[in-house]
Amino acid sequence: FSPPLLPRKRIKVDAERKKTFVLKMPMELTQSRIQKIWLPNDNRPALPRRSCGPQLANSPTVIVMVGLPARGKTYISKKLTRYLNWIGVPTKVFNVGEYRREAVKHYSSYDFFRPDNEEAMKVRKQCAMAALRDVKLYLTEEAGQIAVFDATNTTRERRGMILNFAKENGFKVFFIESVCNDPTVVATNVMEVKLSSPDYRDCNSTDAMEDFMKRINCYQASYQPLDPDDYDRELSLIKVIDVGRRFLVNRVQDHIQSRIVYYLMNIHVQPRTIYLCRHGESEFNLMGKIGGDSGLSNRGKKFALALNKFVEEQNLKDLKVWTSQLKRTIQTAEALQLPYEQWKALNEIDAGVCEEMTYEEIREQHPEEFALRDQDKYYYRYPSGESYQDLVQRLEPVIMELERQENVLVICHQAVMRCLLAYFLDKSADEMPYLKCPLHTVLKLTPVAYGCRVESISLNIEAVNTHRDRPEEAKKGPNPLMRRNSVTPLASPEPTKKPRINSFEEHVAVSSALPGCVPQEVPTQMPGQ
Amino acid sequence: SPARELTQNPLQKTWEPYDNGLPAGHSAQRGVCMTNCPTLIVMVGLPARGKTYISKKLTRYLNWIGVPTKEFNVGQYRRDLVKKYKSFEFFLPDNEEGLKIRKQCALAALNDVRQYLSEENGHVAVFDATNTTRERRETICKFGEENGYKTFFVESVCVDPEVIAANIVQVKLGSPDYVDCSNDEATEDFMKRIECYKNSYETLDETLDKDLSYIKIMDVGRSYLVNRVMDHIQSRIVYYLMNIHVTPRSIYLCRHGESELNLKGRIGGDPGLSVRGKEFAKSLAQFINEQNIKDLKVWTSQMKRTIQTAEALGVPYEQWKVLNEIDAGVCEEMTYEEIQENYPLEFALRDQDKYRYRYPKGESYEDLVQRLEPVIMELERQENVLVICHQAVMRCLLAYFLDKPAEQLPYLKCPLHTVLKLTPVAYG
Repeated sequence: FSPPLLPRKRIKVDAERKKTFVLKMPMELTQSRIQKIWLPNDNRPALPRRSCGPQLANSPTVIVMVGLPARGKTYISKKLTRYLNWIGVPTKVFNVGEYRREAVKHYSSYDFFRPDNEEAMKVRKQCAMAALRDVKLYLTEEAGQIAVFDATNTTRERRGMILNFAKENGFKVFFIESVCNDPTVVATNVMEVKLSSPDYRDCNSTDAMEDFMKRINCYQASYQPLDPDDYDRELSLIKVIDVGRRFLVNRVQDHIQSRIVYYLMNIHVQPRTIYLCRHGESEFNLMGKIGGDSGLSNRGKKFALALNKFVEEQNLKDLKVWTSQLKRTIQTAEALQLPYEQWKALNEIDAGVCEEMTYEEIREQHPEEFALRDQDKYYYRYPSGESYQDLVQRLEPVIMELERQENVLVICHQAVMRCLLAYFLDKSADEMPYLKCPLHTVLKLTPVAYGCRVESISLNIEAVNTHRDRPEEAKKGPNPLMRRNSVTPLASPEPTKKPRINSFEEHVAVSSALPGCVPQEVPTQMPGQ
Repeated sequence: SPARELTQNPLQKTWEPYDNGLPAGHSAQRGVCMTNCPTLIVMVGLPARGKTYISKKLTRYLNWIGVPTKEFNVGQYRRDLVKKYKSFEFFLPDNEEGLKIRKQCALAALNDVRQYLSEENGHVAVFDATNTTRERRETICKFGEENGYKTFFVESVCVDPEVIAANIVQVKLGSPDYVDCSNDEATEDFMKRIECYKNSYETLDETLDKDLSYIKIMDVGRSYLVNRVMDHIQSRIVYYLMNIHVTPRSIYLCRHGESELNLKGRIGGDPGLSVRGKEFAKSLAQFINEQNIKDLKVWTSQMKRTIQTAEALGVPYEQWKVLNEIDAGVCEEMTYEEIQENYPLEFALRDQDKYRYRYPKGESYEDLVQRLEPVIMELERQENVLVICHQAVMRCLLAYFLDKPAEQLPYLKCPLHTVLKLTPVAYG
């Protein structure tokens, strides 16, 4: 026990053991106005900042993907990054293929990847180095916590180079290898994400497929899989075999690696659909009151019946239905005449002392709280209640189980639905509290390529509007990179080297406001790399 | 058809459908996890590889999170049948009498498994035996299929002689089998016992066992092989097994110092420390200093009283919202007398079933366990930790470590100004 040196301390010398330790007056604490976190009044620079949540990671970590082309490395990279950002760990993907496309403006053929193509080998190595330089920048100067280095990394030599790089910079390294020899899986991957790649913009599908298969071949001879039994015994790694049938895990070093392993072991690639909606309009909704545990209004009951019809029309195999433990979601589920599971974790955000008040009443009786909430809606915690940040923490097991499941309908609440939606659509903490989740509208989410397609379906039953836009005068939220504490969902940062299809970026900008609009299908993530 | 009416269960405050006054249909309450078929966990491994350690620990964890689980140790059945253990010769592969008895014991244990899972509402049974041959495992798989159980194997593989020797010292020398032997005699006999199994040991194989669901734990958790995880509970089991370790360490549990509301006999709230509470904080600092703990982590809740207590220690600490005291809902900041006066029904209900009782607009002990599960998981990962928390929270954590059932949990004694020091030893 060696206490840190502090200013203004009273030092007592222990006569028997000649050890000095510090006896302080228990400090005065003040509760931060927005987050309601108790902090000591002084600002001791010497003491490491006490965090407000479990420490998720200390040294930055480089996650190194390993595997032949079309084994799902980019899929895993993007999905994992989205998850880590959502739980508040700043994470970014560095895709070497994108660096290569920047460097070599036009892709001609698989010849580029032939092992005897010395010119190309030089370029490819340069791209890897450039990506690593950006990794270093992100982790040391941009407050990044985890960098996902997405490339084939199929040789020991290349991995050795990365390990040295990490050692020089004090980064931890965790390898994720995807091994798959099932030709059907590989072919499906090629069709899903390769044929539409910028590399094959000017090719037809057959030619593209043929070229890509030859590209894979170029790597095969020199491929040295990770060998945790012997050569790679000391490395921290997970080998994902046959799309998750089997895993080999070696030397998990810390909490975040343990969470990553758990996440990877729960995700799957089976096609399925997730439906998100709120309970039908409630009595309190009609009165403009927030929170509480009221039942459905007449219109809310109509919605429940309409939802029943909608679900039937979807003709799904094995739909699981989840609700919260509040009456209004359960009443809604009852109309479906299907078994459903009640999750307390899906309960609406607890508004503490403001429960069952209208916004006018809050503004009157708690004017300061009212203003603070608009200032920083993500971090703002109601007195004796919760914040969106708290919600994310309690919803994490729901997300994990959603990943395990197949077809699921989640009947929940406005703030809860925004949190879940932000996970699926990769929205930042800043945007999350303003996502549009109107009553009587179902969001249908389907995984596609590297992301999630969202369809907004209004069931055409009138309801009050409970959405409040971000006020114009409100101070803009904090810089997403500034970590106030460990749970701060960030949208996965733009890849450093942007894909060259610019028209898709406009679609992305529009889609962030999409839920709540007229039903349409818009890819919210860009396919291809 | 008209929607069924919902009524709120007065104890747990959960909404349940009723049809003509009778509880209807199936609205499942998700506890921490749902299991549909019962699951049979089958341990695999040579003696002294930690099978019983894992069985007991896993059983304790699953019961704590609300999954009724029981372990069936075949060695125990053998001890009940063969009153006195003589020597390793009982385990020789050519000892027909021995083999007969051992098979009998395995079948008796499986029979009890069936009773537990199919008749006694058990969800998970842990079948703790060596199960080192493919033949034995196939018998068990068939048994599982016949009864509609999912089977999940947990194999522990370890060749490090130091680990094995340490295991023998920790748990074998004190076994009833060796009650009349010296340590040296016992060790020698046990090593020969292990040899009896080695020739016929068929480890879980990548190809031959590719259709089984299993986890292979290598070298006490250095690496893992996980094959075909079938469902949620298996996924949770794998996650748990991958987070536990056997490095010696201590966990310290205590409550915040006495608070201003404690003094007034009021529950909940977010008060600061009383004068005596501050004294406790200082004493705690001294106590911790004297313990001379390597790399101690300190965790608090996000309530003022635990943070004030931690501040006196002068070391970094982490604030966890999930360590906050149980939410007493409408009863927050009341005295028990006031509760009895204003909410007599609630007061009575709480005494009826204190574990499941949920305060109106508040929480139950059952809810607490669910929100504390990540704390337990992280405690398993960590080494030396001091958790400064609250009465109900501390009872939940303590119940996990001391394997106390739900009925006892809300009555565990956790007085103010008292530190509980927990050190793993043998199987507990």
